[in-house]
Amino acid sequence: MSGRSIELGAGEAPQHFVSRTPFDPYAVEAMTSSQERYYRASQWRLMWWRLRRHRIAVASGFLLLAMYLSLPFCEFLAPYGLDARNTDFIYAPPQRVHFVADGRLTAPYVLGFDYHLNLRNLRRVYAPDPQKVEKIRFFCRGGRYRFWGLFPTDYRLFCAARGGQLFLLGTDRLGRDLLSRMIYGARISLTIGLLGVAVSFTLGIVIGGIAGYYGGWTDILIQRAIEIIQSFPHLPLWMALSAILPVTWSPLVVYFGITIILGLIDWTHLARAVRGKLLALREEDFCTAAVLMGARPRRIIGRHLLPNFMSHLIASATLVIPNMILGETALSFLGLGLRSPMTSWGVLLNEAQNINVVALYPWLMLPVANVILTVLAFNFLGDGLRDAADPYH
Amino acid sequence: MLGYFVRRLLIMIPTLMAISIVIFTIINLPQGNYFSTYVAELQSSGERADLKKMEFLEHEYGFDRPLWQQYLTWAGGLLRGDMGYSFRYNLPVNKVVGDRLFLTFVVSFATILFTYIVAFPIGIYSATHQYSIGDYLLTFIGFLGLATPSFLLALVLLYFANVEFGISIGGLMDPRFFGHSWSWAKFASVLDHLWIPVIVIGSAGTAGMIRRLRANLLDELQKQYVVTARAKGLSPLKVLFKYPLRMALNPFISDIGSLLPQIISGAVIVSVVMSLPTTGPMLLSALRSQDMYLAGSFLLFMAFMTVVGVFISDLALALLDPRIRLQKGAER
Repeated sequence: MSGRSIELGAGEAPQHFVSRTPFDPYAVEAMTSSQERYYRASQWRLMWWRLRRHRIAVASGFLLLAMYLSLPFCEFLAPYGLDARNTDFIYAPPQRVHFVADGRLTAPYVLGFDYHLNLRNLRRVYAPDPQKVEKIRFFCRGGRYRFWGLFPTDYRLFCAARGGQLFLLGTDRLGRDLLSRMIYGARISLTIGLLGVAVSFTLGIVIGGIAGYYGGWTDILIQRAIEIIQSFPHLPLWMALSAILPVTWSPLVVYFGITIILGLIDWTHLARAVRGKLLALREEDFCTAAVLMGARPRRIIGRHLLPNFMSHLIASATLVIPNMILGETALSFLGLGLRSPMTSWGVLLNEAQNINVVALYPWLMLPVANVILTVLAFNFLGDGLRDAADPYH
Repeated sequence: MLGYFVRRLLIMIPTLMAISIVIFTIINLPQGNYFSTYVAELQSSGERADLKKMEFLEHEYGFDRPLWQQYLTWAGGLLRGDMGYSFRYNLPVNKVVGDRLFLTFVVSFATILFTYIVAFPIGIYSATHQYSIGDYLLTFIGFLGLATPSFLLALVLLYFANVEFGISIGGLMDPRFFGHSWSWAKFASVLDHLWIPVIVIGSAGTAGMIRRLRANLLDELQKQYVVTARAKGLSPLKVLFKYPLRMALNPFISDIGSLLPQIISGAVIVSVVMSLPTTGPMLLSALRSQDMYLAGSFLLFMAFMTVVGVFISDLALALLDPRIRLQKGAER
């Protein structure tokens, strides 16, 4: 019985299945094309694939991209100049954009105001007048301005009808168009976060890198210092530091001063992240190899260690930016941050400081919508990036 | 445990010293001092200042001595409970701030309590109902709470509280209780006014805590022992409360360290908007007029509260989590 299966005669079919195809020892490990694409992709590409699945993060990213791309062109985008005053329209409410006239779809228009002073409570009353149809003009010539402060021009994306007004978000106490001011304010508010993060990023990488790489006493000292800085409540410290900035400084210098102050306190989180990662990574073999080959610490940190967790750092930096934007808003709101010729969203909100505004001119609080939107977008993007930062996980 | 306690207590001393040095440096950074600011102010408004008197005062308060001597005098006074002298109010800082420090403490404590009470059930719900509509909604509201500048929320809430409930605008109590000693009616009035600042200040911290509790609980719920417990047929509530929840509770205690600075920061700006009789508005005006000892004392008090808060949370954590007190001398 036992011998029969071995002693197969010629032409006799085997009792079990034997594949006739040539034997390929690597057959098991062969990958489908999609698998191959995955394994050969670079780390950044993997991150992008992962991020793409987080739809809100991607949408937020594009929103932020659009906002930042609009910054260089805000003179062109805003219907009025930053300080253009319309003294006849002080505290004018937002105008509604109409698309329908006499039951038919038309080009967008607004209704002009009928103005009178309520003599009993001295409130300015603006009523839209159905007779005054003012069509919004597009790619038109508005007030003159200097593009980037260099080229005199008067082209704008959209402006009011000739002889009419266009206050889509109302005006403030000097009759300045709020929408235009918000568009201009984005320049300051959006860049202050980026610059502040650049400051704290540099500080965080350098200090965290030193602590993590050298360890020992340096590490302990830096750790204690970080703990001390973190035990300060941020806002009072920011307030104290920005109170130091001399009143005589020009607004631009104050702006840079504020960015540095914002960056000076927020680097601690980044430094901790860098330190933790470095401590783990410096024990790896490739690091020992670099040391043995005679690389100096700066090269090892910058060339071998940092790229390993750059993605993590970018993700955490994205989550720090909204803090800075909120911080600037709060400081300017208190009057300790940027001052008046500089216009940021916080400076605009400074006008909405008292309860009368909520009751009488609620549209002056609209800049906060921009702040919320930006901060939300950064938070969602940062969340998505953080999840995507570790593609092999 | 006792060793840990002592070690932790000893660490606080150099920390507080470093903090006081930092604060002293900051309040001394601006050009000039209170008197020179005052003189400049008088001169700009066309009045004449008695320079002799100012010089005498500067000497009397030691502004002409080297900085380290000034620091030692200040720090030495602090140890004896003497916080220096407020030039603007012409009173010892102790007298100026008295009630305000206490009310700051009350507001902060109430806010932490609020944060716990709100974050706890919402965090559990979010974790146990992951990816449900409720979870998404609560997460979104949490994000919104993080993104809204608190001062504006304060303004709007203040307005609606006044219109809907007739609560007087601003302050922590009804104006009729100003200057009265504490009574039940005054206490009730404070409670009536407390909820707006507490909600406003607590919103950001609550959102953060919900997210952390949710993440921790989710991690815990995926572990094998939970699956085993379920497989054995334990009731879902018991499975949840017996172990995973206890494990996920750590952030409630350890987060005080990050929660306190956040709350105090929030309290400063919110109390300016709502003109609460806490430290915020006074700190702002002290910073503006370079009333350095007053500003310095406020900053120090805030930092001190945080350090003590972190200390308490570390102790509580060590009591609850044996892993922490067992690894001696390790980083926390």
